[in-house]
Amino acid sequence: MSLTDSNPTPPAAAKPATAAPELLTGSGAILKTLEMLGIKDVFGIPGGAIMPFYDELMSSTAVRHILVRHEQGAGHAAEGYALASGGIGVAIATSGPGATNLVTAIADAYMDSVPLLAITGQVFSSVMGTDAFQEVDIVGITMPIVKHSFLVKDPAEVPAIFAAAVQIATTGRPGPVLVDVTKDAQQNTAPFVWPPKVELPGYRPVTKAHGKQVVAAAQLLAEAKRPIIYVGGGVVRAKASAELKEFAQLVGAPVVTTLMARGAFPDSSPLHLGMPGMHGAVPAVLGFQESDLIVALGARFDDRVTGKVSEFAPDAQVIHVDIDPAEIGKIREAAIPIVGDVREVLIDLAVAFRDASAEHPADYADWWRRLETLRETYPLGWDDPTDGHLSPQAVIRRIGELSGPEAIFATGVGQHQMWAAQFIAHEHPGEFINSGGAGTMGFGVPAAMGAKVARPDRIVWAIDGDGSFQMTNQELATCAINDIPIKVAIINNSSLGMVRQWQTLFYEGRHSFTDLETGGGTQMIPDFVKLAEAYGALGIRVTKEEEIDPAIRLALETNDRPVVIDFVVSRDAMVWPMVPQGVGNSNVQYAREHAPHWGED
Amino acid sequence: MSHVLSLLVEDKPGLLTRVAGLFARRGFNIESLAVGVTEIEGLSRITVVVDVEETPLEQVTKQLNKLINVIKVVELEPNASVIREHLLVKVRVDATTRSQVLEAVNLFRASVVDVSTDALVIEVTGDSGKVHALLRLLEPYGVKEIARSGALAIGRGGKSITERVFKS
Repeated sequence: MSLTDSNPTPPAAAKPATAAPELLTGSGAILKTLEMLGIKDVFGIPGGAIMPFYDELMSSTAVRHILVRHEQGAGHAAEGYALASGGIGVAIATSGPGATNLVTAIADAYMDSVPLLAITGQVFSSVMGTDAFQEVDIVGITMPIVKHSFLVKDPAEVPAIFAAAVQIATTGRPGPVLVDVTKDAQQNTAPFVWPPKVELPGYRPVTKAHGKQVVAAAQLLAEAKRPIIYVGGGVVRAKASAELKEFAQLVGAPVVTTLMARGAFPDSSPLHLGMPGMHGAVPAVLGFQESDLIVALGARFDDRVTGKVSEFAPDAQVIHVDIDPAEIGKIREAAIPIVGDVREVLIDLAVAFRDASAEHPADYADWWRRLETLRETYPLGWDDPTDGHLSPQAVIRRIGELSGPEAIFATGVGQHQMWAAQFIAHEHPGEFINSGGAGTMGFGVPAAMGAKVARPDRIVWAIDGDGSFQMTNQELATCAINDIPIKVAIINNSSLGMVRQWQTLFYEGRHSFTDLETGGGTQMIPDFVKLAEAYGALGIRVTKEEEIDPAIRLALETNDRPVVIDFVVSRDAMVWPMVPQGVGNSNVQYAREHAPHWGED
Repeated sequence: MSHVLSLLVEDKPGLLTRVAGLFARRGFNIESLAVGVTEIEGLSRITVVVDVEETPLEQVTKQLNKLINVIKVVELEPNASVIREHLLVKVRVDATTRSQVLEAVNLFRASVVDVSTDALVIEVTGDSGKVHALLRLLEPYGVKEIARSGALAIGRGGKSITERVFKS
């Protein structure tokens, strides 16, 4: 393949096909490689050790660089971009503090298996190890939280290393890959050879599952009396929603979707029991407890799902499908382990189930009767607050209803995140973007920004808390200046709400350092409306129920700048149902002091 | 319970940190570690002895396999492999004890690699039982210093861990 064929800006003088490869600086090679790999948007901030690359980036017409205000914002924006686009997100920072500011986002991407390419500048290789200005060993610092990392000291290595980085980040179980490039590697020149030779002898993700295991799984499923399909974020990453829908309908078994899988299976399906776990719907939580077979699809038995592991789903056998063999048997023993890409496995499993159920027709009628009882007895709901402030759940539900099923929702972390998971109808994958494993407050605004860059045609909300919002709201400047009109709903309960809820429930109401003074009747520092206006966004404050709809509508109509709505809600609202930490999931409380009955019936 | 793992790895910077860090992070105990090159250029072999139960051992193996630069992880069963450690030990001697120490050296088929008036440096190769036994025997004379390698291990028979790694 000749370089100029796919080059959007070919050099003026056409070279003969046999010419030696073009000489490029390492920086030029990085840019060209990113272009060749189809990277369209990147987020970052320049600094000393990455300046050669930024000098190249300035003239690029193929790669759009969005200048953020903090590197953490670049990292989360890249994550939001990846999750909304289904591709990879790219974040760029300089050495030292620029690189360490990316660490939280890298950890977040690692926990939630987000394909993220983090590019950092490094000091000259000649001074590495001498505590040079803005030198940190970012490869060392991030080693436990990356899928892989590279240090580039030689410009000739650039094409192969960046191609390998993108391949590793996006295939198998996705994850963050860091490429640290010394300043001399950016400045020196080398022949640019494309396509590069990528050699990864130790990296061979298994995508096609063993046929025998699939047949055994299908038989177990056909014979089960009380099966439950446990859908995790892996189904979203594998883009397996269509296959899941077909499989679930064929089998007719109940489905639960974890926080990371909200939208992977439509909430509107009668097969859907909702979200399981610490704040899961009662039918989903107890469905697990009473099941005799769990079909885990791209899920990892996280402690927020299982509660006390020894008491989780005590009667259930497990069929565990995951592309990462290390997840299988890590927490819960699997009767049938299946290593493979969940999309391919679901196709095979559907075929095998047809055969198995022809011999042994599956009958889940009794099971469904029991689940319907749970569903009727314990629907999701809330008690309206009595302190005159808004109900946070009602606000979030209205945002979901008025924005429609095509809107994308990013969230911060805390109560508002749980309510957004519970009370927005999630119908499609890739539209609920949040920080699950790491629980990173401050994820919302930059992730929404990244999602909006990836999907400019969509309505993108950040459903945020007053605490989360204050961690990364500087990216409103980025949004306003770069024409990224996200909408931010601050569910302002004037406190670190989830911590406050735990203090109320488990620390005798001692609200130690959880008041943020942002809400109704407090000092209101900062004033979120003024702050929004200072950032060039439309700021709206909503304190009364009748103002909710008009404010949301105004936000939906405003697309020439970001919008921030300060919803002043009750601080006493709590997330229910809840399984207290460290106890078995059978102790799920439907509402405060109200555990459900699950006797024989 | 100790298990001997043989890792075939790409010889890349930071590889050892990745392996060691993984053990530390996942809470696995390393008893010994030995690293060296292999007959294939660019590939190294790490022999690691870990102290874990069966279930976590499977986790160790799977997590190691996830490291991009780790090509292969094999558990070597003690009865189907040769496992050796190397020991250098400096023992205090004088005119009366020298011959007794030399007798122990002969019994263990060890060898003396340095002699001075008040000490001998003894070298021995063997499984950890043999190394341990020699040390115990020498202890009464006064062990001044030891340098002991991690275990090295290789499977018995004709098969090789590097077979079918590269089909170039």
